[in-house]
Amino acid sequence: MFKRFVQLLMVAFAASAVAQANVLKAPDVLVKEVTEDVLTTLRTDPSIKAGDTAKTAELVETRVLPHFNFTRMTALALGKEWRATTPEQKKVLTEEFRTLLVRTYSNALTSYRNQTIDYRPFKMGAADTDVTVRTQINQPGGRPIPLDYALEKKEEGWKVYDVMVSGVSLVTNYRETFAAEIRAGGVDGLVKTLRAKNASNVPAPLPAPATATK
Amino acid sequence: MTKTNKQSNLNIRSVLAATAAAALFTGCATSGNPKDPIEGYNRAMFSFNETVDKAVIKPVAQGYDFVMPDPVQTGVSNFFANIADLWTGVNNLLQGKPVDALSDAGRVLVNSTLGILGLFDVATPMGLEKHEEDFGQTLGRWGVGDGAYVVLPILGPRTVRDTFGLAADIYVDPVRDADGHRGYRNTAIALRAIDTRANLLKAEDALEAAAIDKYAYVRDAYLQHRRSAIHDGNPPREADDSASLPSANLLTMEPLESTWTMMLVGAPEKSDVDAANASEPATGSVDTAAVSF
Repeated sequence: MFKRFVQLLMVAFAASAVAQANVLKAPDVLVKEVTEDVLTTLRTDPSIKAGDTAKTAELVETRVLPHFNFTRMTALALGKEWRATTPEQKKVLTEEFRTLLVRTYSNALTSYRNQTIDYRPFKMGAADTDVTVRTQINQPGGRPIPLDYALEKKEEGWKVYDVMVSGVSLVTNYRETFAAEIRAGGVDGLVKTLRAKNASNVPAPLPAPATATK
Repeated sequence: MTKTNKQSNLNIRSVLAATAAAALFTGCATSGNPKDPIEGYNRAMFSFNETVDKAVIKPVAQGYDFVMPDPVQTGVSNFFANIADLWTGVNNLLQGKPVDALSDAGRVLVNSTLGILGLFDVATPMGLEKHEEDFGQTLGRWGVGDGAYVVLPILGPRTVRDTFGLAADIYVDPVRDADGHRGYRNTAIALRAIDTRANLLKAEDALEAAAIDKYAYVRDAYLQHRRSAIHDGNPPREADDSASLPSANLLTMEPLESTWTMMLVGAPEKSDVDAANASEPATGSVDTAAVSF
């Protein structure tokens, strides 16, 4: 128990150190470092390799999410509907949308096998505050998949506000669905739908704690 | 696995039901999305396709994926991709991109010879980047609008424009045109279809987890993907629309400031990114690097 606490503390320190170091970090460097850090963990961590979804979620939570701006993402997904929401609704929507995206992303990571990532050439002007960093997933036995990150410059560092897979924004792809939900049941209806979706996405409980089957 | 089996037991009845539903719903307009005027028909055809996929196509693709070692699958994908590069090159020429077209021709030449009939993609590491072009994209480049979104039987999502594009793609398809043994030709067409489907297997779980309304999610993803493809991966960014009026709510202003910059100054020019992507090959593979914080 105590060991776990110490581990958590160490992770927290590491995360805050990363957050501070990011202030001056260029967006392409940030994307590359976080990606490679996560991939290294995915490759080496035995419990993640055994399919521990909770551990994967923890990895995403501590290493990836600090670099995302979920408020901006939710605003982008709601489009003009965002203007008509109250601050409380904005908060709840952001929380639920965040959960949905994180679950989706973590699920995708658990099915990770031995893909590699290529980083496309990146150029930006000194005054740019909004850039796209392009990467490509190479998977054995399949076509490469373009994976792009849109980042904006904030005081704390560059923050991801959109992720595009094969040119499809994982954020704005929800716009029509969200708009239809709001037309049908108002913003609260959308919140309800998101909650139900998140509840159905809860990862299945782990099998037995690592007693090396196979 | 067990889930799939159970579902395939129901297949015939569900297929019939879906067909009947497709007939019934044809022409019913629903939620009023301007890009999707025949949504009622489309939804019915979508669920029909899903049923057929679950009953027949997906199990075959899963079997193929299970049996075939990854290198063989890559070989099969490469083989058909090499054939497709010919038509890609023609389309690049039609789209006024002679440099890309030349590169595509170079790919076919290199992969057909050094790459042993296209089984190995040796052109990509040589710096000849793979492009994906079809006649639907060419029509898009020429200024033909999307037209309505339409779900075709078995073939799935298209727009009206892309349906015409698809007809042209099929008409000139070298695999379909192959002379000689009809048996080989049909096997090749089937193998290509299975390979294409198998390539999509990995994306499916993520889709199930992500989609609230699967039909709408697939539709909007298809439309976004095509928009991006027509612009060769650099589409003009869509309007954000989420920013409130300056006086409205100060709390929400902070995270949206760059939106405002965009609205006032105009969308950022991406030309330097374009230029960077135009010719240079991808560099740097994760495998070689270790990272520490």
